[in-house]
This record gives sequence, C-alpha cells and structure tokens, in this order.
Amino acid sequence: MNSAVPAAPDAFEVRAHQFEDVEQQHHASWLGMWVFLATEVMFFGGMFAAYAFYRVGFPNAFAAASNRLDVTLGAINTAVLISSSFTMALAVHGGETGRNKAAIRYLLLTMLLGAVFLGVKFYEYHEKFVEHLVPGPAFRFEGPHAHPAEIFFSLYFAMTGLHALHMIIGIGLLTWMALKARRKRFSPIYYTPIELTGLYWHFVDLIWIFLFPLLYLVGRHL
Amino acid sequence: MTESATAHAAHAEAHHELGFVRKYLFSTDHKMIGRQFLFLGLFMLIIGGLLAMMMRWELAWPETNIPLMGWVPEPYMYGGILPPQTYNAFFTMHATIMIFFVVMPIMVGGFGNFLIPLMIGAGDMAFPKLNMLSFWVGLVSGIVMLSSFFVPGGPAAGGWTSYAPLSAQASFTGVEWGQHLWIISLIILGISSLMGSINYITTVVNMRAPGMTYFRMPLTIWSLFITAILLLLALPVLTAALAMLLFDRMFGTSFFLPAGGGEPLLWQHLFWFFGHPEVYVLVLPAMGVTSDILSTLSRKPIFGYHAMAFSMIAIAFLSWVVWGHHMFVSGMNPLLGTAFMMSTMVIAIPSAIKTFNWLGTLWGGSIRFTAPMLFALGFVSNFVIGGLSGIFMAATPVDIFIHDTYYIVAHFHYVVAGIIFALFAAVYYWFPKMFGKKMSEPLGKIHFILTYIFFNLTFFPMHILGVGGHMRRIYNPTQYEFLQPLQGINHFITISAFILGVSQLFFLYNFIASLAKKRDAERNPWHANSLEWSAESPPPHGNYETTPVVYRGAYEYSSPEVAEDWLPQNRQVSGGVARAH
Repeated sequence: MNSAVPAAPDAFEVRAHQFEDVEQQHHASWLGMWVFLATEVMFFGGMFAAYAFYRVGFPNAFAAASNRLDVTLGAINTAVLISSSFTMALAVHGGETGRNKAAIRYLLLTMLLGAVFLGVKFYEYHEKFVEHLVPGPAFRFEGPHAHPAEIFFSLYFAMTGLHALHMIIGIGLLTWMALKARRKRFSPIYYTPIELTGLYWHFVDLIWIFLFPLLYLVGRHL
Repeated sequence: MTESATAHAAHAEAHHELGFVRKYLFSTDHKMIGRQFLFLGLFMLIIGGLLAMMMRWELAWPETNIPLMGWVPEPYMYGGILPPQTYNAFFTMHATIMIFFVVMPIMVGGFGNFLIPLMIGAGDMAFPKLNMLSFWVGLVSGIVMLSSFFVPGGPAAGGWTSYAPLSAQASFTGVEWGQHLWIISLIILGISSLMGSINYITTVVNMRAPGMTYFRMPLTIWSLFITAILLLLALPVLTAALAMLLFDRMFGTSFFLPAGGGEPLLWQHLFWFFGHPEVYVLVLPAMGVTSDILSTLSRKPIFGYHAMAFSMIAIAFLSWVVWGHHMFVSGMNPLLGTAFMMSTMVIAIPSAIKTFNWLGTLWGGSIRFTAPMLFALGFVSNFVIGGLSGIFMAATPVDIFIHDTYYIVAHFHYVVAGIIFALFAAVYYWFPKMFGKKMSEPLGKIHFILTYIFFNLTFFPMHILGVGGHMRRIYNPTQYEFLQPLQGINHFITISAFILGVSQLFFLYNFIASLAKKRDAERNPWHANSLEWSAESPPPHGNYETTPVVYRGAYEYSSPEVAEDWLPQNRQVSGGVARAH
C-alpha cells in the first residue's frame, strides 16, 4: 500500500496549465462530467418521451408485446448490473485511497459483470431474431396489435441497443482506468478519472433501472 | 519522477514555439479554435448565400437559365434551369447550413471560444483538448453535410425541419443518401456542440478570475453561458429523434411512419422541443454581443444590467414551453393550443425588456457611429421588426392564416438572418483583438449601409407576399393565378437580394485585406472595460501574464471616479476593494 502523499513533481504533473491548482481542476472535471450526464438524461429522455407517447396510445399492445420479453433474463441482468455498480464503487474507493491493486481487481470484476450483461443481452437479441420480433419486413406478431407491437419492439431495440452501446463505451473506459491503475497512477491527490468513470458507469446502470420495468414488467399483471 | 518533471519544465518553456500543426491545425488554444470556427462559418456563409441567390432567381424568373450555372450536370440542373427536386434540396440545405454551420459556428463556436476565457480572466478553457476535438468533429460534420451534394439523388430535400413521413422514407423525396448524410451530419454536429457546451459551462462556473462574480460578468458571457445550457439540454433530444429517424430509414422501424403504426406528429414534437430553444441558441449570443457593443460605443453603462441578465434567463426558461406554436396547424387540442399561445406571447416581455434597455443605454450617450456600433443598431432594429411579427404568429387564429406563407419566411429572416448584423458587429469589434489588426472603417460603413438597406428591401416585402397568400417553399409562383399580381414583388425582392449578396464583397475584401496587413492594433482600440482589452492584441498563449483581479462590472463608462471615460474591470482605484472570489 502506497499511502505516502507524493511530493511536488507528481502534483506538477497532474495539474494542467490552465488551472490554478489541483482542487480547481478536480472541481472542473467533476462539473464537466455532471453536465455531460445531464445531456445523456436529455438524450435518453427523447427516447423515453417516444415510449410514453406510444404507451399512452397503445397500452394493450404494449402489454401484449412486453409479455414476449424474457423477464427472467431481464431480472438476472438487472441483478448483474446492480452488482457491477457495487464493484465499481469499490474500485473508485481503491483509486481514491491509492490502493491501485485493489482498484485493478474491482475494475476487472466490473468489466466481467458488464460483459456478462452484454452476453445475456445479445442472447436475448438472438432469441427475438429467431422469433421474428425484429422490426422490419420479417416482423411477425399474431393478434390485433401487430403494428403497435412492432413499435414496441422498435423502442425495445433502440433503447436497449443505445444502452448497450453506452455499456461498451463504459467497458472501454474501465480498461483505460485499469491501465492507469497498473501504472500506479491513482493516489489520494489524483483520482478524478476513476471517480468520473464510476459516475458514468452508475448512470448507465440507472438507465437500465428505468428500462427494465418499462420494457419487461409493463404487461406482467395480464 | 524528477526526470519527467524536468522534461515537463522544458516543455513548458518551449510552449511558445509550437510547430505549424500544433499551432494552426490541432491547436488546443481557445483563441485559435475560435478563429477556426470563424473561418469555417464564413466559408459556409458563402455557400449558404449562393444557394439563396439561386432560389431567388427561380422565384423571380421561374424555370429560366440561371446565369453562370450552365456547368451543373443533369439531373441536378438542366443547362442552368433549376428543377423542382433541386430547388427542394437548395432550400433544405440553405437553412441547414445557415443555422447549423454559419450562425452556430461563428457566434457560439467562434466568439464563444475566443471570448469566454478572455472575458472572465482565465488562461484557457477548462478542457482544451475537448475543445480542439469539438472543432474537428464539427468540421467532419460540415464535410459530411457538404458531401451530400455529390451523392446520387442529391442532398436532403425535406426541408430543414425534415418532417416525417416525408423524411422517413426515401421514396417520398427521391433522396436516399442525401437524407442519410443529413441525419448523420447533424448527429455528429450534436456531439461537437455538446463538447463545446460542457466546456463553456465548466469554464464559466470554474475558471473566473478573482473578483469576477457572476454579476460582474459582461453580458456576452451571460448570453454564451445560457446558450450553452440551452444547447446542452436541447440538442440531445434532436439527436434522439434523428437516431429514430435513421432507424426508420435504414432498419425498417416505424417510429414516424403511419404505414407501420407510427405517428409523424411525434417527430414534430421532438423536433420543435429542440427547435425552439435552438432559436434562442442562435439569438442569445447576438443579444449579448449587442449589449456590450452598444454600451461601450455609447460610452454609457448598460441600462439595467441585472434585468438584462435575468431577461435572458427568462427567455431561456420560456423557450422550453413554447414549442407547440410551430404546430398550430398540425392538429392540436385547442386548449393546448391556447396554452402554447399564451406562453409564446409571454416571451415578448423579456424581449421587450431587452429592447427598451438597449434604447435606455443609447439615451443621452455620446454615440460613436463606428462599423460595429452601426451593425449592433441594425441588429436591434431588425430584432424589433422580427419580434413584432412574431407576436402575430403566436396568436393561433392569425397563425392559421399565415402559417407556411412568406410572412413566416419574412419573420424568421428578420430574427435569424438579422443575427448576421450582430455577427458582423462582433467581427468588426473584436477583429483587432483576434488578429491584432484593424479593419477599415470606411469600408465597414459602406458595408453596413448597403447591407442594412438591401436586407430590409429583401425581407420586408415578403410580409406582403405572405399576407397575399404566397406559400413558403413553392417552386414556381407563376403557376398560381392568384399569385400572378404579386410577381412584381418577387422581382423586386430578387434584385434586392442580389445587391445584398454583392454588398458582402465589401466585407470579404475588408476582412482578407485586413488579415494581410501588418499588426497595427493597440490593446484597447475602443476604450472598453472588459478584461480581454487589457491583454495584448492578439493575446499570447495563456492570455494574461498574471491572473487579472476584477474590481467591478464591465460597464463603468463615464465614471466620475476617473478622468477618462472608461474604467477597466481590473484597474484598482484608490478606495476600491476587490471582493473575494
């Protein structure tokens, strides 16, 4: 464990020239990340608005289409993603306290859980493909709700697809952080990147917390 | 570690001798990025302007040969004759280019980048690399947009609003790749603007010099700060809508296609939820720079500084609840329509506060009628006309009559094309700081007089056309019997528009010739108060030798405390106390 606060050379290195001090730099990065997450809320917000619009218009079709999703796999994925947020928090703690080895361990675990999530997701996509539930000419849906059901699946693929894209970007960021930790870069005076990566990861997790009930659970009582 | 520290120190010393690529291309210096955005915007302005000229020719003398355009291959033009398909593409691209690649890059990208760190006393943006990326991503977006002129089928032709289902299926407009590229380009531009906005907000919140409280910031900074917030929250919604539109076109989904159960109105809601704040993204920076220029060049404090800042905040807030006024004729619950009508009319209040405060600033001032001042006054007068015609449109019953006529074309050109006056004012005003050289005053005045006269002669008669029933976006007005008596107005407008276009050569010459001059600008040619004028012209890398300390707001002109009629924000007067950061 490397708890000694590094001397001046390191402090010089972490501060970019445009900042007065490391604290200002940390605050700026932190604010920048939150501002970025605000844009992400609005981006997914556009999608959620479309979802709300069609859900209000076709409640029965949405319930029927939702029943074609595999709620067990969805629930497993929810558990996996929440666990990954826990390991992410531990990784950030490791970075903040300068325990780079612990940070690496938890980063790898987070990446593993993220990969499990994506694996399950792609298995589900494959299932929908086989069942002709992918929107387009091949789409088949029995019953009176074929058109709105197709819209439900359009929303399903668009929203979970963009969520998965965010996960893939997140795993890329985690890899970068793990490489930084391997070079023992994190210390009590320099941990902003891993902290912000954590924020991003929690945000992506949070989007799923909204997607899961809206897509998988909306028709369960029928 | 010591080794790397030494290397770092050596690097810091060598900072001022960056190579060509690092200095002019992949620069992380906010001033260079600002200049890059300015050049990009001016280049696109030429393209957008030429498209407008060709459309005006078509409207005045339909289906005749446009001079000098005989070289364009079929089927885009037939020996210089503009076919309807190309006409549709031209008005789509004219608006797209002017909004996204002229006003936004110059006002937000160019002056935002150049001015924010300088005016708040910072050495650079909070995230210089992100800033550089913002420009290069924006450039890629511009190239993608321009490349759509060269794909089979030509560029997007569904209007800049790209209403679905017209835009959602290639067979409806006959444009396949052009529309794809339009969507992709705007998604990329959204990423670029996002990076810019994150930088602006973080920089304004975090990097202000000691003593630079929020309510000592120049109104230009206020306007850019609010604009960044609007962009940040509005553009992602457009990106989401564009993504869904792209899925409809490429992957067979039916978000906006009625044939598959989709709802075209959803596109309109999402688009205008972005689109209306976007209008204020365009106009707020123009209001900001106008406020600064009017105050400086009438040697008086801005009238009602706090009211000016709060009215911009009010406009920004209201811009989120008025988007439905673009959709009065799209079919809407009348109660909802009334709500949108009321909220829209409320915007007149903060807008009027701004206008009257500008007049209050001028009142009794010793006005310097220089080129930037003239253009700023031009902006105010055009904004008044555009703002008043906006109230007509806000009233649902009136809107139903004039919607999609030339009245609305006149209205948004007075507001959005009127921004070009603030844009020119800003270029003439900050050119000495940007390049260390002064632009010619006489040429600037000629440019102003011609632009002002022919801008009004071009756009004002469009009100009359619109009330006469002249539809927006039609290809050949002579095909309609009831429009034939109005064709003379179309001739008049087109001739005025050509003279307006040619007048811009005075600016182009002035701009290029001034760039080619030797450096001759002093630090503070306008005797202005804000911080950027205390730096060298142009400021070096890092802007200030020592971080400036701010003692007051930016508008202490003709102050009794000092002999001169200006009192810079960072000059300490005996008895003056710097407030803590």
